[in-house]
Amino acid sequence: MLNNEINEDQSNGSPEILTKSLSRRKFFGIVGAGAAVVVAASSCKKDDIVNNSGVNLGSGDVGILNYAYALEQLEAAFYTKIIATPYANISAMEMAYLKDIRDHEIAHREFFKAALASNAIQSLDVDFNSIDFTNRANVLATAKAFEDLGVSAYNGAGKLISNPDYLTLAGKIVSVEARHAAWIRDIITMGSFADMTAVDANGLDKARMPDDVLTIAGTYIKTKLNATNLPTN
Amino acid sequence: MNIQNIISEIEKTDPEVYEKLDTRRSAMKSFAKVSSKIALAALPFALGSMFKKAYGSPTSPTDIVIDTLNFALTLEYLESNFYIKAVNSGIIPAGAALTAMTVIRDHENEHVNFLKTAISAAGATPVSFTAASFDFTAGGTFPGVFSDYGTLLAVAQTFEDTGVRAYKGQAGNLISNNDYLTAALQIHSVEARHAAHIREMRNATNLLVPAGVEVKPWITLNQSGIGTSAVQASYDGEESVMQAGIAITNIGGAQISAAAASEAFDEPLTKEQITAIVTPFFA
Repeated sequence: MLNNEINEDQSNGSPEILTKSLSRRKFFGIVGAGAAVVVAASSCKKDDIVNNSGVNLGSGDVGILNYAYALEQLEAAFYTKIIATPYANISAMEMAYLKDIRDHEIAHREFFKAALASNAIQSLDVDFNSIDFTNRANVLATAKAFEDLGVSAYNGAGKLISNPDYLTLAGKIVSVEARHAAWIRDIITMGSFADMTAVDANGLDKARMPDDVLTIAGTYIKTKLNATNLPTN
Repeated sequence: MNIQNIISEIEKTDPEVYEKLDTRRSAMKSFAKVSSKIALAALPFALGSMFKKAYGSPTSPTDIVIDTLNFALTLEYLESNFYIKAVNSGIIPAGAALTAMTVIRDHENEHVNFLKTAISAAGATPVSFTAASFDFTAGGTFPGVFSDYGTLLAVAQTFEDTGVRAYKGQAGNLISNNDYLTAALQIHSVEARHAAHIREMRNATNLLVPAGVEVKPWITLNQSGIGTSAVQASYDGEESVMQAGIAITNIGGAQISAAAASEAFDEPLTKEQITAIVTPFFA
């Protein structure tokens, strides 16, 4: 919708547009002063607009909490789909534990939604077309990727959080994601809970910054996210 | 930074700290006046200078970050030495079990070396322990720790779950240093992976698991899944279903049981709680 409006503005070519466009941007709070200057100087280049469009996660701790909320939405939707349409020959233990994981992810998602209240981003649309939910190997490989990604996302985001209470909350969640990751890895290949693809030579798990995480997760999230206001250190 | 805590710590080794500080009233006063204007990063130096005035001799500044890293290193030494003896005990079945224990042992060794290096690089002195520093029977509570496989797994699970809670509880103390905080988080999640795997091993062997309890990779309520109350302090509090004042059970209209709500969030323990839990394992 934002794109449409701006495209209209471009075709119109009126000198008032820039101001109008900027004030709308200010209203949405999606671009900082620096980006606004770029827009003014380049007469609304489409690329700039595309890069800054999408659901804005926000800034500061709220931005990081929304970032976590987005990832938990993705995970919760994924496990909900697995339980709704289980893969062929699923064992009773796998069904029970995957239900547990679904409930944990829903609990995380709903927790962030409640904690963020009016600052929460909208519900996201997911895209699972690339996943064959009838195929155990395919489902578990995706689950492993999501859990390892989630662990690395929380590990990387810790330093971006300024309120110690939020840091502890993120810590309460990340170790549960790591437990999920370990179990899923083990039911794919017993003993791979913390192998060299997950843990480095110093015995450290991965830590990824939001841009890297969202690029990977983006394959599965239809709703466009704007992470440009997230803290960077 | 809690100055009162730091002073209490010093009081343990020097009961006269208050008198000394009091006779240097001007040092305290000027510190109080200036402190609000000092950037957080400069605070350890400011404290160092205050104590230098109080004691009249150079004292290295008390540094919460170094203390926290040394606390983590202490726990890693405990785990590392435990797994070295466990792997050499001869009671872990060859194959997947022994391989897993060896992987975990190696990680704990790597954590020891990583933290030692980090602390030394910061110009501080890492704590140091040897095999003789530990008593893994915990004063006789676990006499079969290296002769009975069920006991060995139970102690391993307790160490891992406790380690996860310890790192979680210390994260806030590292918030001023991005690099150390990130590294601590990267260790924290590896300990959680270990915990999950040991719990899977306990589920599969079903040794020392009380009837009617299922040991899952995640912690259900405050259940240790271990048939002794000796480890209960490591699980108390895990039953929490309230997070930041928000009730998780059936949150947002979703059917989330209290068990699932407790599993979804691991709980931290304070340094004092962790110290009380691990002290029996030090000789």
